[in-house]
Amino acid sequence: MKRLLAISAAAGLALLTACTAGTENSAPSIAPSATSHDPVTIEFWHGFSADNELKAFDDTLAGFKQKFPWITVKATKAVQDDQILQSVRGGNPPDVALSFTTDSVAQFCKAGIFQDLNPYLKASNIDPAALFPKVIAEYTQYQGKRCVMPMLADAYGLYYNKKLMKGNEPPKTLSELADLTKKLTVKDAQGNIKVAGFVPTSQMYENAPIHTGVMVGAKWTNPDGTSAIGSDPQWKTLMTWQKDLVDWFGYDKLEKFRKSFGDEWSADNPFNKGKVAMAIDGEWRNAMLASDAPDVDYGTAPMPVADDQAQRYGAGFITGTIIGIPRGAKHPEAAWELVKYLTTDTGALVGLANAIRNVPSTLPALQSPDLKKDANFQTFLDIFANPNSTTQPAHINAVFNQQTLQEAQIQWESGRAKDLDALLADVDKKINDKLKLTAGG
Amino acid sequence: MASTALGRRRHEVPSALRGGRRRANLRALLYLSPWLVGFSVFFLYPLLSTVYFSFQRYDLFTLEPVGLLNYRYFLRDEAAWTAIRNTLWLVVVMVPLRVLFGLGVAQLITKIKAGAGVFRTIFYLPSLVPLVAGTLGFVYLLNPGTGPVQAILGAVGIDSPDWFGDPAWSKWGLTMLGLWSVGDLMVIFMAALLDVPKQLYEAAALDGANAWRQFVHITLPVIRPVLMFATVTGVIQTLQYFTQAMVAARVASGATDSAGSVFVPGYPDQSTLTFPEWLFHQGFRDFAMGYACVLALVLFAVSMVFTLILLRQFRGFAEEEA
Repeated sequence: MKRLLAISAAAGLALLTACTAGTENSAPSIAPSATSHDPVTIEFWHGFSADNELKAFDDTLAGFKQKFPWITVKATKAVQDDQILQSVRGGNPPDVALSFTTDSVAQFCKAGIFQDLNPYLKASNIDPAALFPKVIAEYTQYQGKRCVMPMLADAYGLYYNKKLMKGNEPPKTLSELADLTKKLTVKDAQGNIKVAGFVPTSQMYENAPIHTGVMVGAKWTNPDGTSAIGSDPQWKTLMTWQKDLVDWFGYDKLEKFRKSFGDEWSADNPFNKGKVAMAIDGEWRNAMLASDAPDVDYGTAPMPVADDQAQRYGAGFITGTIIGIPRGAKHPEAAWELVKYLTTDTGALVGLANAIRNVPSTLPALQSPDLKKDANFQTFLDIFANPNSTTQPAHINAVFNQQTLQEAQIQWESGRAKDLDALLADVDKKINDKLKLTAGG
Repeated sequence: MASTALGRRRHEVPSALRGGRRRANLRALLYLSPWLVGFSVFFLYPLLSTVYFSFQRYDLFTLEPVGLLNYRYFLRDEAAWTAIRNTLWLVVVMVPLRVLFGLGVAQLITKIKAGAGVFRTIFYLPSLVPLVAGTLGFVYLLNPGTGPVQAILGAVGIDSPDWFGDPAWSKWGLTMLGLWSVGDLMVIFMAALLDVPKQLYEAAALDGANAWRQFVHITLPVIRPVLMFATVTGVIQTLQYFTQAMVAARVASGATDSAGSVFVPGYPDQSTLTFPEWLFHQGFRDFAMGYACVLALVLFAVSMVFTLILLRQFRGFAEEEA
């Protein structure tokens, strides 16, 4: 029996060695045949799934086929990040993959899940600093390694229902927002909310701290990657403001109201239904309102800012869709042609931006006369161009950091945590401990 | 010297016999080989890998030896200890309640004369509902904003608690979900109850024992092995409790998979965070697979303890039977 166990152990160790050997990182290389025009079919995974998005995307890929007739793109829709990771892990990734979230960029670059694109950029004489707005560079690279490119961007602002606003102008400061919220909120005799001026909890669809932190100019991390949340007084300003307004509503009443909402991405969104007068949302809501609630008379404005930061009014949160070449892609040269087309071709970007109402991600596309602009969409173009607009820089624990702060916010606004300083200090501790675990920081 | 030589001679085995024994060993190995391969590939290799990775910083792609870092992090990871407490709460509260409820329902159904088949079907059907669908249904029913339960309670002036949004109620919500799908236990208990010899009850009735004494002194001792089986397998299943907690938290929190919408595991306030859920998050969401391996080893050790208890109890029953 002992001998059997020894044999099994040896076999197990041999398998273990074989498996871990596959985890070595390999540097990307550009084949000398990059200019070859031999017919090639490349796999492209993306996350688009709505009919209007798919049509717009198919039209864009048709434009690519016209420019690069020897490259056939086999596109797969509705793919999530998990599937991309598994395919790379399994050694059978697509040639090009697109992700809707920038949260994993640091991980993608550090672990080499996506190839470093700097050699490709150099070979194609593309200077990212001259092509993309500065803020985009922060979320498409990690420690000097650019492993993804931006393909369209998102900017966040304030939507307001003109009828529910009753002639009031959109608020510019947090105090104005609080006052207007109280003025516009309608409650029944039992105190149940029928219409909310604004839903202040961090649990409301797009009220996550990553978006609302911009209103007070709050910092997430220090240059060494450690948490700046506990030491930056702006988080305290934001959370105190939120708590005061939540208490005015009553947390239980507000939660009951929030939980009566339909799906954020459906026609039942409470803004469409006239249940909230003001809401934080991304520029894409313009297209959704046009298709799901064309009768809603609405306007857009930048998010309000802290009372003592009036000069920052006009700024917002910026993020975007990213695209890259996964490690192990079978046709990296052809893949690069597609990535380059989708991220740098002005015509392609403007066409896509017009179709799905996203912000184009290059400076020439932003200035293109073909870009459709109306007053509501222009607000987001202005937010995107505002020098005070920020993003969340790529961080190895981006998701964990957001999750930890949001957890603290929920405890605070619900009244289950009483000491805000202690709560934020605990957030710092958790984030810094996690950094040591994952990055040795 | 002579005696040593004699001793050596005494232990010498004829070569023909040795060859036969070797052949017999090889044959035994051959017969065992499917199990050996399965054991090595599906148990031993993953276990050895888990131990190996637990000493590495492993993001699913790159490895870096870090000694005991992952183990040290476990000791101060508050979420892991919260997850342990939650899992133990479910073990201590949900498992006994499920066993009691399953036994009670089985007892009732074996006693009723008419419509037993209908009731058996009604109580068994929920255990066939997929976990995700069942949990979604429960969260919808108990939604404080639009749920039918709130509508009914509200009509008589009662405010329903925020079952899956209030940390004081969330684990009770999961327990109710567990009781609703008790059909699997009910079937096992029904089989055990129907197996109790009727003459024991008849003899006890002649001696004047009432229903309660019959239950305590006849039913319980006879079905004790089945009760023990249900309890220990229930404990092991609860140590792996994942899907219902994950789905309930995600749906109740309203988090979507969009950029910026972060799902807080264990919502609300980590009150539904179970140990396997935290393990999954560490490995596949935070890419801390080395640390996830430490959590997996802890779970393995605890499950082994319960398995040993199960084996020991069964051995005890077998000896009693003998």
